[in-house]
Amino acid sequence: MMVSSSAYLILSATIFTIGVLGFLVRRNVLVMFMSIELMLNAVNLAFVALSRQLGSLDGQVVVFLVMTVAAAEAAVGLAIIICLFRNKKSVNVDDFNLMKW
Amino acid sequence: MNYVYFVPLFPLIGFLINGLLALARKSYSDGKHPLKSLVSWIGCTSVGLSFLASIAIFFELLALPAGERVVQKIAFPWILSGKFHIDVGFLLDPLSSVMILVVSGVGFFIHVYSTGYMAEDKGYARYFSYLNLFTFFMLMLVLSNNFLLLYVGWEGVGLCSYLLIGFWYEKKSAADAGKKAFIVNRIGDFGFALGVMLIFWTFGSLNFSHVFENAPHVLALGGGLVTAITLLLFLGAIGKSAQIPLYIWLPDAMEGPTPVSALIHAATMVTAGVYMVARCHALFLLAPVTMGVVAVIGAATAIYAASIGLVQNDIKRVLAYSTISQLGYMFLACGVGAFTAGIFHLMTHAFFKALLFLAAGSVMHALAGELNMQKMGGLKKYIPITFWCFLAGTLAISGIPLFSGFFSKDEILWKAFSSPHGHFLLWLIGVATAALTAFYMFRLFFMTFLGKSRMDPQVESHVHESPKSMTIPLMVLAVLSVIGGYSGIPHSLGGSNRFEGFLSSVFEHGHSETQAAAYHAVSTEYLLMIISIVVVVIGILVAHRFYIQNLNIPKRLAIKYKFPYRVLFNKYYVDELYAIANGIASVVKGLGVLIRKTQTGYLRNYALSLIFGAMLILVYYIFR
Amino acid sequence: MEILIFSILAIVAVVCSIMVICQKNPVASALFLIATMVSLAMLFLLLNAPFLAVIQIIVYAGAIMVLFLFVIMLLNLRRDEFGPEKRRAQRFFGILFVFLLLIGMVTVIEVGIFGSKSTETVSEATAPAGVEPLAQLLFTKYLFPFELASVLLLVAIVGAVVMAKRRL
Repeated sequence: MMVSSSAYLILSATIFTIGVLGFLVRRNVLVMFMSIELMLNAVNLAFVALSRQLGSLDGQVVVFLVMTVAAAEAAVGLAIIICLFRNKKSVNVDDFNLMKW
Repeated sequence: MNYVYFVPLFPLIGFLINGLLALARKSYSDGKHPLKSLVSWIGCTSVGLSFLASIAIFFELLALPAGERVVQKIAFPWILSGKFHIDVGFLLDPLSSVMILVVSGVGFFIHVYSTGYMAEDKGYARYFSYLNLFTFFMLMLVLSNNFLLLYVGWEGVGLCSYLLIGFWYEKKSAADAGKKAFIVNRIGDFGFALGVMLIFWTFGSLNFSHVFENAPHVLALGGGLVTAITLLLFLGAIGKSAQIPLYIWLPDAMEGPTPVSALIHAATMVTAGVYMVARCHALFLLAPVTMGVVAVIGAATAIYAASIGLVQNDIKRVLAYSTISQLGYMFLACGVGAFTAGIFHLMTHAFFKALLFLAAGSVMHALAGELNMQKMGGLKKYIPITFWCFLAGTLAISGIPLFSGFFSKDEILWKAFSSPHGHFLLWLIGVATAALTAFYMFRLFFMTFLGKSRMDPQVESHVHESPKSMTIPLMVLAVLSVIGGYSGIPHSLGGSNRFEGFLSSVFEHGHSETQAAAYHAVSTEYLLMIISIVVVVIGILVAHRFYIQNLNIPKRLAIKYKFPYRVLFNKYYVDELYAIANGIASVVKGLGVLIRKTQTGYLRNYALSLIFGAMLILVYYIFR
Repeated sequence: MEILIFSILAIVAVVCSIMVICQKNPVASALFLIATMVSLAMLFLLLNAPFLAVIQIIVYAGAIMVLFLFVIMLLNLRRDEFGPEKRRAQRFFGILFVFLLLIGMVTVIEVGIFGSKSTETVSEATAPAGVEPLAQLLFTKYLFPFELASVLLLVAIVGAVVMAKRRL
């Protein structure tokens, strides 16, 4: 018997929510970044589940492209974190508060 | 018809190549660009090829039967979002073909002129890249077949205007003038954008043919909706074409190089507003209130700007106010339903105003940058070619018979009088403005070229005629200023008015109304023509008296009528009024301090508000 | 049978993701994230997407997470020693909104939105699956995004190198 798509979608929503929670609560910039990756993964799961439900492979192609974008984003984001660390010697996100007014 | 893709494409390529060349300049230590001739060739031939393509299109259009001269060419679909469908498409009809001929033709000669005028400038490649970019956007504006693409061109020419006015950005007044132009334009563009949105909301499409064909069915004649749409569109035209109250940027725009003033602020960009009104004539004819507003603002601007031009001493400022005044004429024409006359005047004005600006540039070149007319005089013997070209332009703008300006201006005055949308007062203001125009233009002419020399002796020793790259375009434009009007000789004088015939297929709606009125009283038309000629000649004679025969008269008048003189000289103190705007700005600033508290700078706070918003949207849709 | 596997993998995924955000040591977070990704890859296998499962392991767990670990090593991070949370309101509201978000999402999944819930399903036997149909789709209908993605990767490489260099 096939597992219904709703189960996968709820699982995806749960993981996504956990990722959002991690992003909002943690202060370490690297862990925040990892929670972003969690969110992306959750979305990938949702896409694949729906792709199976609808019987078309477009969802899987989107997942492929999302992974590509996530890779690019991870590279650039980590480079930024390295730059920030070099300037402030800290990975506490509350220390990077110059973007105001 | 496939040539149409080339028309905007070549200047775009010219921009890209010249832009790269401009960036490459930085690696060279001396000021002059080593690839200068390459830049000149690319800059001029790109526009020249556009001009040839425009001519080809014109003849192909002529070959089609009169009622079918409308061709739409779609390059590619641009936005496909549900019901919102926009193509990058070109509309070829008599109106757009006239516009591209004017833009690319006059633009080509101005490019050639610039190779001489800007030869010593450090930013040579940058200048040509901006000029090519401007030509591209202007051509897109007049060729587009939908409102969104027109708006892209509209904004693009505003951007290039800013870049070119502030071309010598190290000079503070130039940078400020550029900013002023952009900001004032923005106010107009805001209105225009709102108008476009209203059109989409009403019609569901932004394509010209769709909107204009459905307009009489969808919009009630004289209804609130169509009046709102047309007023908003006209607001954009007010900003772009420097009418009251958004004209203040144009005189300051004279900080830019003179060929820029010729191209952008005389022949092309400022005429974009007139083109837009003419293109949307189907909408404007459904809103008599707006037509009245257009005509009144046009007439008021015409006489207002002419009055300021009477006492200015900077040669370019006089021409700037003259441009504002002539644009007023064009809007007056559109406001009374004589769209063809408005476009006709647009064309002749492009010829003689570009000529006047370029000739003024030639004068400045001869005098090493002197702008103040009080320090000129007696230049005829030194720079004869410029002298004769300038005279041709002055005669044209004053509306002397046989020159192009006469036919176009007279057409407007006649239609202002006779059209069902027109009014005697409008005609009267137009005639008065014509007198003032003749006066201040000949004042300029006399002070600059004739009479005793008031030049600095050191400047006078170096006076020389401009190089061929500058004088040949002058001569070409002078010839056009003379013969350009012959395509529009009205029926009453025995001509066939082929210009009107060509454009009549575009303006079928407006045409039938005004044509019916025009067929009555040809004798009235003659009478009005004679009155305007007489008035113009009086203006010239008065100017002659003041500035050649008895130079004391203007001085005495200035002293006797000190108050009006000062008011006019200070341009009615309008710039000072705008300081009120600063006051409003500080109130907004105070509000900003309060709202500033939300910008904490902490990334997580921002994320929190993001999630909050997402949650709100989700909740809203669940409970819908 | 499938339900059993699904349940196990689901529980592993959720538990590991909770551990990701709860660990004080960033290396531990990274390792738990790798575990989450592997379980998700298994779920992809369950969903008839073998190619994506393998790609997930190779690219995500194998490359991106290794990149993360490299950066953690470069920055020489140890346990988080940031001190007490000064922005307590942030934490409270964060948890609250996230909880509401979860409830909202589950509601949408179960009840549907903009009308009724979609129950469209395709029989598994006839649905396309595997690498070849995916490749066919990728290189015809989605060719343009595919090429754009490669340009994006190029830009990302250049950007990362330029930004992380010590001296320009």
